Amino acid sequence: MVPGAWYLALAAALFCIGAVGLLVRRNVLVMFMCVELMLNAVNLTFVTFARMLDDIGGQSAVFFVLVVAAAEVVVGLGIIVSIFRRRAGATADDISLLKG
Amino acid sequence: MLEAVWLIPALPLAGFLVLLVAGKRLGDPRAGLLATAMMAAAFLTTLIVFLGLLGEHGEERQFTQTLFTWIASGSFHVDVAFLVDPLSVTMALFVTGVGTLIHLYAVGYMHGDEKFPKFFVYLNLFAFSMLMLVLSDNFLLTFLGWEGVGACSYFLISFWFERPTAASAGKKAFITNRIGDFGFMVAMFLIFATVGTLDYVPALSAMGQVPEYTASAIGLLLFLGAVGKSAQLPLYVWLPDAMEGPTPVSALIHAATMVTAGVFLMVRVNPVLAAAPDVGTFIAWVGVLTALFAATIACAQNDIKKVLAYSTISQLGYMFLAVGSGAYAAAIFHMVTHAFFKALLFLGAGSVIHGMHDEQDMKRMGGLRKWMPVTSGTFIVGWLAIAGVFPFAGFWSKDDILLNAFEKSPVLWFLGLVTALLTAYYMSRQVIMVFYGDERWKKAAHPETPAEAHAEPEHEPVAAAAHGAHGDFKPHESPRIMSIPLVVLAVLAALGGLLNLPFKGAMNLERWLEPVFGHNLHHVTSTAGTKVSLALVATASALMGIAVAAAIYQRHRIREAAVEPRVLQRAWFVDELYQKVVAHPGRALSQWLASVFDAKVIDGAVNGVASLVRAGGTRLRVVQSGFVRSYALAVALGAVGILAFALVRSL
Repeated sequence: MVPGAWYLALAAALFCIGAVGLLVRRNVLVMFMCVELMLNAVNLTFVTFARMLDDIGGQSAVFFVLVVAAAEVVVGLGIIVSIFRRRAGATADDISLLKG
Repeated sequence: MLEAVWLIPALPLAGFLVLLVAGKRLGDPRAGLLATAMMAAAFLTTLIVFLGLLGEHGEERQFTQTLFTWIASGSFHVDVAFLVDPLSVTMALFVTGVGTLIHLYAVGYMHGDEKFPKFFVYLNLFAFSMLMLVLSDNFLLTFLGWEGVGACSYFLISFWFERPTAASAGKKAFITNRIGDFGFMVAMFLIFATVGTLDYVPALSAMGQVPEYTASAIGLLLFLGAVGKSAQLPLYVWLPDAMEGPTPVSALIHAATMVTAGVFLMVRVNPVLAAAPDVGTFIAWVGVLTALFAATIACAQNDIKKVLAYSTISQLGYMFLAVGSGAYAAAIFHMVTHAFFKALLFLGAGSVIHGMHDEQDMKRMGGLRKWMPVTSGTFIVGWLAIAGVFPFAGFWSKDDILLNAFEKSPVLWFLGLVTALLTAYYMSRQVIMVFYGDERWKKAAHPETPAEAHAEPEHEPVAAAAHGAHGDFKPHESPRIMSIPLVVLAVLAALGGLLNLPFKGAMNLERWLEPVFGHNLHHVTSTAGTKVSLALVATASALMGIAVAAAIYQRHRIREAAVEPRVLQRAWFVDELYQKVVAHPGRALSQWLASVFDAKVIDGAVNGVASLVRAGGTRLRVVQSGFVRSYALAVALGAVGILAFALVRSL
């Protein structure tokens, strides 16, 4: 049987990939996918701990994360689509109207 | 019969309310007659209560009527309640009695004034407040009346507020009284903190167990209140200026009743003074010095009402001399006789002013005896009474005070005697200048010497027009509604001494008031020989004062200007001194506060906060770049930071 620590390491690796991707990539769609990656890394951690600690709480938290992620996808993709309609590309640094 | 006591203040209050609503509709003179009727009814009620109290026996002459709870807060409990005892009934009797006469007189005096109904609104409100003051059964209700009479005094001094002098005189009276009220309030706090109640009977009977320094503090603070209200040194300055008000006001408020409130208060709290004997000595000295000081000023005044104003201050000083000597009955006795003769003198002066068409300068009077027989006759009775000539009222009461002062200290007695001499002198001077000698108004009545300097507003347009023409100017006697109160007061001033004849066993004022004071009252111990010789010395000094005044002003032995130095005419420059010492630094401080402190510190603080926020915002706006990825970086760094902190903490 695979030890729990491996799952945790995998989740950490996925999270770091997502975080770095979010910081370094400029395409909004890719950044969005990175956020999803981070969320699912967290989900994996939850499930792992649920198994290791024999506690159902971690698994039920995953459901909440999934629901929030789905809602976020709806809103986020809607925004991205409307950005694509107004301009040619979707570069995050071009969209900086909201500044002080 | 004692249960009717609530009616005494309620009647003037009802008059006040009716006049407030319907005064204009009632008009001149019905509004005044209604007010007078209310006062007369209050007087009759007081008489009934007085008779009821007479029916009780000595020590049982005390009755409390509680109307309702005014304030109940924890252990602090104050009722609206009246205390009926010989002292409060005596006060209520002369307040309503003299008040009725002055109300009646005012109906004639104020006739034709535009604000006639309003005058009586204030006058009835004043009577209500004054009666609350004297009848109250606790300090707080007395304070309510105390402030009420102060407010009415302010309204009535500046009744003719179109004149700047009247308006500022009202303000001066109000502000000066505030200083005294501060003392009264702090005294009340102290009393409540010490004995836990403000009701007279329990609070005063507890004074015996209070440490002497606490009793002294309470006594001095209450005396500060009395000094303000009763115009003693150094807070007397408002009273001479208060003469800007209509003459009935001067008679009622600034001679007979309100200014005696301070004396009443000190008499009421006699157990406090008994617990703090040094305060009594202090009061006696302040009183006698005020009496002497004001008497010297009165010797050189030319305004007919100013002389009487300084005379009032002087006589109030006498009352405080009596209070300080422990002779509370003598103080009340002099208060009552003073109310008679000083009200008479003021009303007489008002009658002269009325008859002379608003002339107040005695230099422009003279020889009025022939023109105003009733006024001059009654005024002369008042003069003899205040001068202390046997057997008029003033002789008995002044003699009583001097005798008690002599037993306290011969120095006090001597200063009181000098004051008595000066009193006889300046009053004789006034009588001679106004009623005897040349008819100076004949040559004074020229258009180029207008009387407007002291003139009151014209009451009678027709008479004023005649005065303006100056062709047919003649003084005239006042109408009967004004002369009847004069005659009644003259009778009282002549016979007032009967109230308290100094013979053993007689039913007199001292025996009547004795239950209120118990053994706090100073009893005269001198032999009959001492008494008679003191009375003879006092009479001799009074006659000497009259003779000197006659020599100077009647026979012109000395030039008048020689005995009226500028320093006395200007009242020892006290007003100027206060102007320099209090008003100027006060103004300078206010100006500094307005121009420097307010602009730099207050505005500076407000503007400083604003510019601080603005500067902070300018720095911080750089962070808000609009780049999503830099926000994400900040979030990531923050998360790492928190994690690092948690790790470090757990290690």
